[in-house]
Amino acid sequence: MNVTVRDRKSQAAAPAEVRQAVVDCDIHPATKSVQELFPFMAKRWQEHALTYGNHIRQGLADALAHPRMQPEVARADAWPPDGSIPGSDVAFMREQHLDGNGVEYGVLIPLGRSGASQRNIDYGIALCSAVNDWQLAKYCDFDKRFRASITVTQEDPAAAVAEIDKRAGDKRFVQVLLPPRTVEPLGRRRYRPVFEAAVRNKLPVGLHLGGVGGHPSTGSGYPSYYIEEHTSQVQTMQALVTSLVVEGVFEEFPSLQIVLIEGGFSWVPSLTWRLDKHWKKFKSEVPHLKRAPSEQVRRHFRFTTQPIEEPENPRHLRDIIEWVGVDRLMFSTDYPHWDFDDPRQALNNAGLSEAEKKKIFSGNAKAFYGLS
Amino acid sequence: MAQGATTIESASVKGATPFAVAPIDCDVHIAVPSMHALVPYLDDYWQEAVRTRGLDRHQMNVTGNAANAPISARPDWRPKSGAPGTDLEALRSQLLDPFGTKFAICNCVYGAQVLHNEDMAAALCRAVNDWIAREWLDREPRLRASIVVPLQNPQLAVEEIERRAGDKRFVQVLLPVMGEMTLGRRIYWPIYEAAERHGLAIGIHAGSSYRYAPSSVGWSSYQLEDYVLQSGAFENQLLSLIAEGVFAKYPALKVVFMEAGFMWLPAFLWRANKTWRGTRAETPWLKRPPAEIFRDHVRVTIQPIDEPPHPGQLERVLEHIGSDRVLLFSSDYPHWHFEGMNALPEAMSGVLAKKILLENALETYSRLGQAVSAKERR
Repeated sequence: MNVTVRDRKSQAAAPAEVRQAVVDCDIHPATKSVQELFPFMAKRWQEHALTYGNHIRQGLADALAHPRMQPEVARADAWPPDGSIPGSDVAFMREQHLDGNGVEYGVLIPLGRSGASQRNIDYGIALCSAVNDWQLAKYCDFDKRFRASITVTQEDPAAAVAEIDKRAGDKRFVQVLLPPRTVEPLGRRRYRPVFEAAVRNKLPVGLHLGGVGGHPSTGSGYPSYYIEEHTSQVQTMQALVTSLVVEGVFEEFPSLQIVLIEGGFSWVPSLTWRLDKHWKKFKSEVPHLKRAPSEQVRRHFRFTTQPIEEPENPRHLRDIIEWVGVDRLMFSTDYPHWDFDDPRQALNNAGLSEAEKKKIFSGNAKAFYGLS
Repeated sequence: MAQGATTIESASVKGATPFAVAPIDCDVHIAVPSMHALVPYLDDYWQEAVRTRGLDRHQMNVTGNAANAPISARPDWRPKSGAPGTDLEALRSQLLDPFGTKFAICNCVYGAQVLHNEDMAAALCRAVNDWIAREWLDREPRLRASIVVPLQNPQLAVEEIERRAGDKRFVQVLLPVMGEMTLGRRIYWPIYEAAERHGLAIGIHAGSSYRYAPSSVGWSSYQLEDYVLQSGAFENQLLSLIAEGVFAKYPALKVVFMEAGFMWLPAFLWRANKTWRGTRAETPWLKRPPAEIFRDHVRVTIQPIDEPPHPGQLERVLEHIGSDRVLLFSSDYPHWHFEGMNALPEAMSGVLAKKILLENALETYSRLGQAVSAKERR
């Protein structure tokens, strides 16, 4: 093997004092079991969870369709001392991550027990509401650095709107959370009420990779391997941006702000160039589209950094960051997952100034989410 | 455009070219004008089927390729009647003569490749290939072609490759980028085995049989979206071919992506390399990072060029790609991506231009390499 798997020298050379306060825009909380949500669920749905459980658009009922390379998709050192699921022990998370990595604010992205992809919409509604209460009770009440995301059932937009309106008054919720993989592309008209509610409540919409919408991961069906499945989430993000822009969502909601979470960002320039180029030829098909796609992406999207693409020549990342815009990037770690980006090492070799680093590691997210 | 006009005039002298060397155009579209053109090439059973079932009334255009859409034909290349790409004389006077083309590889994107009936698909593919040989290759020595195969059934696809492989004017096998399964899967390996054995490249072209939505987010509304998302489909298939080990199994195989765009390559290769480092225990037959495997085996035609807005950015992307052997010249004739003769951007100049215009194609298509003498290459 002649491949440098990890540059351990730079890891050792990064002195502790350069560690800076960071805003982490992607932290995954977890339940130890579904019963953890029961205090926030009606009896009827507690029984449903135990009797029927998940009902989603894939072959495996309770496991990821592409098994990961690590148990619970987690860093080996992120297992709490009692052996419970990584992310589920809030005291351990505080010690290992918030304190250990200098996290000034951490945005919670709940993925497990998600109601957003349930086929039984009423069960989905119950799960979403419970997960929202649970984030506040377990995490935000425990440590003031945590912020929460409003999970909703986008397939029943009216219910999603009601949940957003119910939660928006609590300022610990900083965004509406949607999955990119939905029953239809999110740009289509059926989902407009969800974006309208977000805009009306002055909340951005965060989209974290994933979701089970029933469509294969590629236009040629499902891939065989996890390496393909993991990477296909990038094409999902590209299709999501394409749908939101081309359907005219931002023409209808000029103040709507979107955060793409864990989708990377190096693909953004080439996608916007491609959209601009072909929009010019297809203008008569989409006359509702008045502004160039690249301009829309520049004004309405932000991107979290993890997993940062790693060019063979690290300086090439500098080109991409300039083309995307330093002000569009917000740092994230994906704690406690295996592909965690360590704030001590991330973006060290991209040739960024200290001022630029400060924006990406904390300033942009503080301004965007209004964290103070 | 006074300068351009002069260039075109001087280029129209036979053998002259406005480019640094006479180019090999690796993506030119010819189209079947109607089922009637294929009938002479069908056997008795299928000739009768055309008559009795009224198959000649079926328009075999593929979704996302609307003939009247602006992108489908440049205004000055659009024929007064009939579909774009159906007239050999127009191809000569609009492309081969003014561009000084050495060879043009014809890709016939046809509905046979998206049918559900495998037997009908195979019969029509046979007819299309024989029609290409007779109506195009026999009449114009600068033309080469891709073998259209029924990907719906790999066994029938291999039979068609074997049937046409003796004709050295066919230089590759044509597959759509989106079909029933990801292309790296082992069920397709007999196609790659046959291609490698015969010195044929695998040409993967934009397009879908629409067995599934064009992307994982579901059925998009507009043809603009479908067109843009083709590049994502190429990303998926590139990683499928690499991850499944196709290039480990068939080390001499070359794959060409056509009408795919190429600006997406660096970001995708960086991501694939990084993910491979974390997941490589899953695919132990991969001994090298995906980007290295890509650079050894995969080539990408240049049109459409999804131009960046600022001067200098294209040069940066070419540096990011990290190899001058990857890109192949194409016009994507008669599609409308550029004006006049501006098929090759200024950023592709000097040594790189010669590689893109000629040398990379000779290296990729062994059958073309054999047809060009060492003297001609200089």
